[in-house]
Amino acid sequence: MNINTFEELKNYCESSNKKIFEAAQENDAQKNDITVQELREIVKRNLEAMKEAIRTGLKSCEKSYSGLSGGDCQKLQAKFAQKSSLLGVIFEKITTYALATSEENARMGKIVACPTAGSCGIVPSVLISVSEETGATEEEQINALITAGEIGRIISNKVQLAGAVAGCQAECGVASAMAAGALAQLRGENIDNILSAVALAMKNLLGLTCDPVCGLVEVPCIKRNPFLGIHAVTAYELASAGIQSKIPLDEVIDTLEQTGQLMSPSLKESSQAGLAKTKTGLKLEEEFYSK
Amino acid sequence: MRQSSLLDIISPIMVGPSSSHTAGAVRLGLLAKNVYDNEIEKITFKLYNSYAQTGKGHGTDKGLLAGVLGLSVDDVRIRDIFNSDIAKSIDYKFEYYNDFNRHPNAVDFIFEGKNKMQISGDSIGAGEIAIRKINEFSVKFTGKYNTLLLVYKDVTGMISKVSTIIQAENVNIASLHCDRSGKGETASMCICLDGDLNKNAIDKIKEINHLDMVRYVRKLGN
Repeated sequence: MNINTFEELKNYCESSNKKIFEAAQENDAQKNDITVQELREIVKRNLEAMKEAIRTGLKSCEKSYSGLSGGDCQKLQAKFAQKSSLLGVIFEKITTYALATSEENARMGKIVACPTAGSCGIVPSVLISVSEETGATEEEQINALITAGEIGRIISNKVQLAGAVAGCQAECGVASAMAAGALAQLRGENIDNILSAVALAMKNLLGLTCDPVCGLVEVPCIKRNPFLGIHAVTAYELASAGIQSKIPLDEVIDTLEQTGQLMSPSLKESSQAGLAKTKTGLKLEEEFYSK
Repeated sequence: MRQSSLLDIISPIMVGPSSSHTAGAVRLGLLAKNVYDNEIEKITFKLYNSYAQTGKGHGTDKGLLAGVLGLSVDDVRIRDIFNSDIAKSIDYKFEYYNDFNRHPNAVDFIFEGKNKMQISGDSIGAGEIAIRKINEFSVKFTGKYNTLLLVYKDVTGMISKVSTIIQAENVNIASLHCDRSGKGETASMCICLDGDLNKNAIDKIKEINHLDMVRYVRKLGN
């Protein structure tokens, strides 16, 4: 069964009375020549690696090789220990877990690319924070992660998920859309609301450029992860109220592709413009290369 | 339309910070080592373009060496590979170049040991890689398929002889790429397979006349 668009996914799920994760795990297991149980084992292993990256990252304050990052997750934890977030414990967890994972990535720790290494903090922070606070079972978490993977897979049929090809909208942007869909699945939303959450999240991140300082996956990538974790929750909350994207999801993805093509190569992971070429960006670059 | 797997989207488990510059580098090293398939005494890594410019901050050099030493993308030893015991057995050096004719993330491996071999590859995004050249021959394989590599004298019927043995094993050929230095001179064949060839079949292929080199490179696990 070839499912290449979200409309095809919705039609297939509705006609076969399946949830997204059910359709996805069956199709993907078949494609990979493994059983559904084996596929779920792989997803479980990746979920566990995500949790491990968070645990390790929360404890570390080590800097990255470049010295550009490391230690902010500690600051945020210390702040919340003293003064809770206005938005409650899930907000605290998402922001700290996302920072923990992304800082861990920058210091060459072990993470799970989801969909990329630069955006590795977004899906885990949302999925794991909410699961901890709501008591979601491991099976439910695996269902949500499979949903996220299926959303990313369908988007990747149209757009290569690489900053060098389509900017950060295709990395952290897609990660936030995946997280929104995963969260909607985790909260038991129907397929329309899940796909609305994805569309709302993605639509709001169109045009996001990739302009990393010194060409490294650190500035602005790391801090973008907690922001876009929270962004995914916003999309979920709107969608679960029945708010729909006026532009259907497949058309939003077409726009993602078109925007990526129209984006100047200088803003697509080449560090030739944007934050990388600001006065401070250039100074940091000079310091890094004389290191 | 390309049919990707959802598992590709939520993986790999890897040592950061970059799928193309770190995980891709490890996978290139692993695949190149498997092609060389000899004891390595000395290795030179030539890094090009973005690999040369931002490789240090991304651990590209560490990843390449770790891969050549057989480590997988999620091995935490990558981070401190230069100081690890396993790196002491090997004489390695890195060189850095700019060459706009090459891919942004390109690398040459120059292996020295029983024989000398140069292998060139690119990291093409999201941890995906491609080996483009072995010595003077162009090849094309990605580590996603079990791959048979042959170097031989350019004589009639070679493809047929090899494919007959593969067919007898009921293994499907996913792609076939040939190159040669000149008519009747040295030629190369790169065959990507859907299944797996057993040792018996590979031994049969090795018995074909006019072969200079046979390598069976298994697909990468991660």
